[in-house]
Amino acid sequence: MSHLLELKNATKVYRTGTVALDNVSFFIDDDAPSIIAVAGESGSGKTTLGMMALGFLEPSKGDILYKGKRLGAMTGQEQTNFRKEVQAVFQDPFAVYNPFYRVDHIFEVGIKNFKLAKSNAEARQKIEDALVSVGLRPEETLGRFPHQLSGGQRQRLVVARALLFRPRLLMADEPVSMVDASLRATILESLRKMKEEYHITVLYITHDLTTAYHVCDHIIVLYKGSVMEAGDVESVIANPQHPYTQLLIDSIPWPDLNRQWGQQEIGTTDAETAKVGKGCKFASRCPHVMEKCRQTVPPLFQLGDKQVASCFLYEDKSTLPGENLGQLFK
Amino acid sequence: MSDYVLRIKDLDVQYYTDAGIVYANNKINFDLKPGERLGLVGESGSGKSTMALALLRMIKAPGRIANGQILLDNVDLTKLSEEEMRQVRGKEISMVPQGAMNSLNPVMRIKDQIIDGMIDHNLNLSRSMLEERAQEALEVVELDRKVGRMYPHELSGGMKQRACIAISVAMHPKVIIADEPTSALDVVTQRQVMQTIGRLQEQLGSAVILIGHDMGLMAQFAHRMAVMYAGSLVELGSIRDIYTDAFHPYTQMLIDSLPTIGKRGVFKGIPGITPLLRDLPPGCVFNTRCPKVMDVCRTKAPVYREYKQGHWAACHLKEDGVAQ
Repeated sequence: MSHLLELKNATKVYRTGTVALDNVSFFIDDDAPSIIAVAGESGSGKTTLGMMALGFLEPSKGDILYKGKRLGAMTGQEQTNFRKEVQAVFQDPFAVYNPFYRVDHIFEVGIKNFKLAKSNAEARQKIEDALVSVGLRPEETLGRFPHQLSGGQRQRLVVARALLFRPRLLMADEPVSMVDASLRATILESLRKMKEEYHITVLYITHDLTTAYHVCDHIIVLYKGSVMEAGDVESVIANPQHPYTQLLIDSIPWPDLNRQWGQQEIGTTDAETAKVGKGCKFASRCPHVMEKCRQTVPPLFQLGDKQVASCFLYEDKSTLPGENLGQLFK
Repeated sequence: MSDYVLRIKDLDVQYYTDAGIVYANNKINFDLKPGERLGLVGESGSGKSTMALALLRMIKAPGRIANGQILLDNVDLTKLSEEEMRQVRGKEISMVPQGAMNSLNPVMRIKDQIIDGMIDHNLNLSRSMLEERAQEALEVVELDRKVGRMYPHELSGGMKQRACIAISVAMHPKVIIADEPTSALDVVTQRQVMQTIGRLQEQLGSAVILIGHDMGLMAQFAHRMAVMYAGSLVELGSIRDIYTDAFHPYTQMLIDSLPTIGKRGVFKGIPGITPLLRDLPPGCVFNTRCPKVMDVCRTKAPVYREYKQGHWAACHLKEDGVAQ
């Protein structure tokens, strides 16, 4: 059986020499749909991963397979199918719209290109259904221009548009980071509805671990293009094992007056620009760094059956080969 | 010498557009003590950035400060000439901008951008003294001396934001306004930048106004918090008062909308959208979204007043409590 989406040793090196993604493997099956978070700071390679999964970027090394087919080697029909079954929601709810067209346009183009409706009435019905399922009122949104809607409404329209295609996979790249905190909840709610009611698997790319914790089932933490920790979201967030994940979680400004922010040292600021050695990429900032970390890349050590961390602190545990990472998400 | 470094009295800012008058700030009143950290929260379009610009008197046409006073050490900024105001900006009251990436001059070295402001403010110092002050400013934001000789494109997002902070604190201002200084940064960098601002604030004894919509960040950083909605202040109080006993339903909803660890998968958004500032509803500005709306809210605007020592709000619900 081939997987819905599979990354095999995916690596992306940009022309400048930047290694955006370094040998990342995992797979997603959708027999039980889930929301998987890809988390990391700016420059961790999470957007590159998303762009590659959408087929917008070719991996420099390794393969990306959709239903067992390499993205670059699909026939026309397969490609059309892929474009329909894999939808995306991007970060900026302003940039996706052409300001000269009414918002209906983003729906109409899709319906026309993929022949989703036989008549205008049917098309209209489909659009309205999609809007209702993300909690928007068609009479308040359709026929408007983008600037007449709030950021939250615009972003939910993009989610509704994706829903129109009844995709199997939705790639959501920072869908809430440009939306007001008070409106985020509505968008996250519609993402969760995608999974629960429409059985769509969602790849949620984010730097915000609080929202990831609330909507996702599984999480992959990236740092400089490599997987640091992965697993079940409750285990990883409530009980982070990798020093990098611990730093991330410690840096979240919790809205809790009794929880003091930032107990853990951030590490040298020069690390931002420092060259990455051949060992663990986090070694230059890690408070627990050992000699070994600078020499060899740590494999993924299995911590319980739902969590792995790429860190020599857990050397005594058994290792999980990178390509089996998808098994954690079952 | 007054107890307050900054006092805002009945500030109104309006934009005169073809579509009508936009009421961006309405009757804003608050005071700021030296060395205090005030958080100012509100959704996009609530007028918080307009207020920041108004304090620096940088509202551009078609907008203007229609009414009110901005007293910085008892000097009314609204009465100053443009040249006098220019001398105040940066030296007495300065701003850390939102998008650090777009705020630096791409063809100027970082230290020259720091020095530029000092020369403009007639600090009669020799070149070597100026260089020294610039290095000092870089050191307080924990940037290496060599960063001074670099250009903006050579720095990461967090470093650029710290360079911007260096520029805004180089002349030791009394009030620093930080307008969403970390909204484009990830959590680790955000913490680093906020800790830098916090430490500087303590060293210089300046007051900081932190603008943003992240209530979590406010809880971790601010001493007092002001909540703005549709151009008006709806609540102001100490962080503890606001988190434990919010007076205004809007504030309560903002707090409840935050995701916390523990109650996983529970979201509470705030339904509805902010009213247009040129078409505000009569009565209380929040009446279109308020879950506890009463008849009086639709006709009469609630008075903004102090219901408890240092805890202000504008809500008819509190008003009733007083009457009883």
